[in-house]
Amino acid sequence: LTLCWFFYLAIGHHIPIYTQCLILVISNKESAAQQKGLLIFGVVLSVLLQETFRFAYYKLLKKANEGLLTLSQEETMPISIRQLAYVSGLGFGFMSGAFSVVNILADSAGPGTVGIHGDSQHYFLSSAFMTMAIILLHMFWGVVFFDACEKQRWWAVGAVVISHLLVSCLTFQNPEYVASLVPTYVILFLMGVWAFYSAGGSLKNLKLCLTCKDKDLLLANHRPR
Amino acid sequence: MIEKLLRTFMSWTAVTQIFHSLFRISASLSGDVGVLHVLESEANLDWVLKTGPNPPYMVILDSTLFTRSIMMKLKTGSSRVAGVVVVAPSSNPSEGFSPHTTCPNENSGVYSESYDPALAHCNVTVWNPLGNGLSYEEYDFPMFSLKDDNDTQAIKQCYYNHNHVVNGSSPQYPLCAMQLYSHMSAVTDTATCMRRNGINFSLNPETVCDPLGDFNVLASTRPLNYTDKGHKTGESVVIAAARLDSRSFFFDIAPGAESAASGFVTLLAAAHALRNATQEAEPNRTILYAFFQGETFDYIGSSRLVYDMENKQFPLDLDNVHSVLEIGQVGLHGESKLWVHTDPVSRRNSSVNEEVEKLIKNLNSSALNLNFSLQEPSFSQPLPPSSLQRFLRARPIPGVVIQNHNSAFTNKYYESMYDNAEYLNMSYPPNLTPEEQLEYITDAAKALTEAATIVARALYTQAGGSDPIQLQNINVDSQMVTQMLYGFLVKSNNSWFQQMVPSDFAIHLRDRPTNFYVGVTQQHSEPTFLVQYLLANLTGTTVNITQDNCQNQREGEDDKESKHIYSYMWVQGAAPPNSTERVAFCVRSTVRLSKALSPAFDLKEYTSKDYSTWTESRWKSIKGRIFLVASHELEMLTLGVGVAVLIASLMLTYIISSKADILFSSGREPTAATY
Repeated sequence: LTLCWFFYLAIGHHIPIYTQCLILVISNKESAAQQKGLLIFGVVLSVLLQETFRFAYYKLLKKANEGLLTLSQEETMPISIRQLAYVSGLGFGFMSGAFSVVNILADSAGPGTVGIHGDSQHYFLSSAFMTMAIILLHMFWGVVFFDACEKQRWWAVGAVVISHLLVSCLTFQNPEYVASLVPTYVILFLMGVWAFYSAGGSLKNLKLCLTCKDKDLLLANHRPR
Repeated sequence: MIEKLLRTFMSWTAVTQIFHSLFRISASLSGDVGVLHVLESEANLDWVLKTGPNPPYMVILDSTLFTRSIMMKLKTGSSRVAGVVVVAPSSNPSEGFSPHTTCPNENSGVYSESYDPALAHCNVTVWNPLGNGLSYEEYDFPMFSLKDDNDTQAIKQCYYNHNHVVNGSSPQYPLCAMQLYSHMSAVTDTATCMRRNGINFSLNPETVCDPLGDFNVLASTRPLNYTDKGHKTGESVVIAAARLDSRSFFFDIAPGAESAASGFVTLLAAAHALRNATQEAEPNRTILYAFFQGETFDYIGSSRLVYDMENKQFPLDLDNVHSVLEIGQVGLHGESKLWVHTDPVSRRNSSVNEEVEKLIKNLNSSALNLNFSLQEPSFSQPLPPSSLQRFLRARPIPGVVIQNHNSAFTNKYYESMYDNAEYLNMSYPPNLTPEEQLEYITDAAKALTEAATIVARALYTQAGGSDPIQLQNINVDSQMVTQMLYGFLVKSNNSWFQQMVPSDFAIHLRDRPTNFYVGVTQQHSEPTFLVQYLLANLTGTTVNITQDNCQNQREGEDDKESKHIYSYMWVQGAAPPNSTERVAFCVRSTVRLSKALSPAFDLKEYTSKDYSTWTESRWKSIKGRIFLVASHELEMLTLGVGVAVLIASLMLTYIISSKADILFSSGREPTAATY
């Protein structure tokens, strides 16, 4: 079931990504200064659009899940909202990553590398790392966002939106790859920790897992896996 | 966008083509990639061939370095050479350059061991001493030519920024590299590729090469019935011949100013001057004007005509031919002197000798009244490469070839891309509009006018014309000569040519010099058409018939006979002064196109020693681009990092999902509550 949800969300989430691409394509035709302005506008718009869609999906998924529950015989939900958050975030991330990397991959197939007009030749490597960061970030944002919506913590929702905007704007630092990648990874780490905690993790659990005492704990509490 | 970051497509002006029998280049299907290297001198070749650490190299040559010795060295080291780019200069090199052999058409002329061993293989006179034979070698890499403009500067700049080596150290990655696409389908030689053409294992047999050829343009002072083939009793014909084609090392650039245009323009002008004389007081012999295509490639056109005559495929045969007057390279560079070459072997026959002497006398008497001198070469030597040689291979026919050289060629750029208007001294004063340039009479035009007048008067006398008043009235119009030279060597899209062609051809007129390469049989070359239309207008008459009749080759609704004798062309005409609509009209002439395809292909003798076996390979798109290449280490690093991250993330996902219960348990309440 998780897999089904994942694919559905992945396909569904490409609407905001697509609009972002459209904006980029349109902006290509203008002059350089106008292009920069249009690009910034486009990026901001697409971030807001993505977050709006995320919220819409949250509402939709909650309704759908409750509906399924009334239909089914079981007592518990087939899929928890946390799992939904994870899957939705991953779907977003996957789509976003695919759109940003497929183009680059296609062009990298031919001979040669970036640099004839003076750009850095580490273009491919840094795009790859950036894409990875974005995918993981989307996943963490999904988890935090859904959790915040559940608990009506609107400031957390705002923090997610702001951090998304921040990361997108950091990409304008390219080709200063250090300046854009390092802060992005810092934000990634912070968001990861936040998502871990909001998903129900804690330092105690982590230590338990790492020292392989989890089996003993389970056995002690007679809890099935 | 990313493509632009990565690679820049350059605009290429020309590339070499793969021909067969002797010349070959090969290129790989996916394009050849090589690290750029601008060759500084012949000594610098060591870097490319031996010491350079990043082979294969794409060598960029300035035209001064495009010599035989450098090319031969590159050829032997071709495992380290990915391709060669020659930067074409903006002006002709003063020392001359000819990629043809020193003895052009050595084995396809008349001088062989059986004809006269002393005269074979240029034993007496080496016609093209500057020839370096580059066009007749095999190369294992593509060769391109670039004009010296901004793109070329960008390429050189890329080299200096990234690849240039100082003091013997190795250049650092990333290096500037180039990729050239010029895949040629055919391999080895004509016999092999023609055999492969015939193999049809699949539904669509793929043709890999095509024979070179086109059409000869013929016209006669008296109409010939083209359905009545074979010997024509009582007909005695004087053939006035010239060649139409030329070539260079690179495809698409064959200006052929002196090697082709000087000759056929003279003949066209002479034909026009003779129009009135041959119509009003017809001399007893017919003059056949023959413009042969494909002569550069072992006499494709003339060998075909002789073959057709021998095999009753032409309304005349060799018995009808009285004599041949051929106009070779007649561009004059200051002197007013032309040379009359004859074949010493056929002249050993006294009757042939007598006719030749008469012909030379006619020429000399025509030259008397003009400030011109025509002389025979000072010693006995064979004919230079000329279409007459193919006639002599069939039987001894009296003939002369008019050239501008006594023994070896004076043309320093024979069959090369430098044989252009500049070499022929066609210089125009600055600040003239194209229309004014068209009308301006250059020195070259004046010289050719004199030559053409001599030829015209000599032809009249040779054809039996005896009226001295007619003879005096044969004068070539220098205005016409300069317009023709402009049209063929500067720009074919000019107002004079526009008037004389049909409207569907007018769009093919170009704003650049005509390319005289004969090309494959299927593709009709521009000069053939231009000469056909010009000859029709210059030797034909205007007839007052409707467009419909004209385009259907008849004079009236019931006329079925005229199309065998005449050809009709509906030409655009000029617009009268007060309007923009052209007034079109019909021109009736005796101009015919006769197929110029080597008999070897009809006979399927692809290794024939008697006929031309030249073919051209089929090719796909021709383009090139430059970019930077990264070092192998960086590529491996990128791949390694990617694989490592993939494995790490898979493992992490597995671990986390297997321990998910424990890891994410603290937020969960004991009862299974719905969220």
